[in-house]
Amino acid sequence: MRRRQIEFGKTWLVIAGLLAVVALPACVTINIYFPAAAAEKAADKIIDEVWQLKQEQEGAQNPPAAAPTTTTP
Amino acid sequence: MKKLLLTGLLSMTLMGGVGLLQAAPDLEANTPVITAIKTSMQTRHAQLQSYYGSGAIGLTQDGYIAVKDASAVPLSQRGGLAGLVKDENSDRARLYKEIAAANGHPEWQGEIQSTFAGRWIDKAQAGWFYQKEGAWVKK
Repeated sequence: MRRRQIEFGKTWLVIAGLLAVVALPACVTINIYFPAAAAEKAADKIIDEVWQLKQEQEGAQNPPAAAPTTTTP
Repeated sequence: MKKLLLTGLLSMTLMGGVGLLQAAPDLEANTPVITAIKTSMQTRHAQLQSYYGSGAIGLTQDGYIAVKDASAVPLSQRGGLAGLVKDENSDRARLYKEIAAANGHPEWQGEIQSTFAGRWIDKAQAGWFYQKEGAWVKK
């Protein structure tokens, strides 16, 4: 009975060891992949600044305020 | 013993989850060097803008600019234009390199450059020229 317990413990150790071998490089690999979405976001921000696109858009989005319309009965 | 192992496994799973969450942060693009390059490019753009519009220069497929039609520029301005294009491209090369370095991955330079290449063209004004499969295309 005691022997079986020890064997059971060993199996778990082997499983945990295997998982560690598989999981650790996976954690490292995640950060090596090129973050394409983040790069696009950063590129967009820089291009907007260099070409001053955001300011032009903001200017276009703020047309002179229309005269207030009052509805009198 | 079993409990200990289970706890270990659980914490490893948690760590893995945290790793995944941290996998999509923003790219660092605000170092003093990058800001200086941006300012330099912004100033130059005021001079380049009309050349883009007249088709004298265009955007290349690889994230740079090139003289497309020197005859669209008076002879006296051609030397100046060539200098502007050269300076712009050296700033762009430095920009791609610095962003990769600022994020601790110098090997990303090429991918950052190709990301920019696509975005410059996407954001270009109508009427500007860009290179597609080696040929100039009007946007």
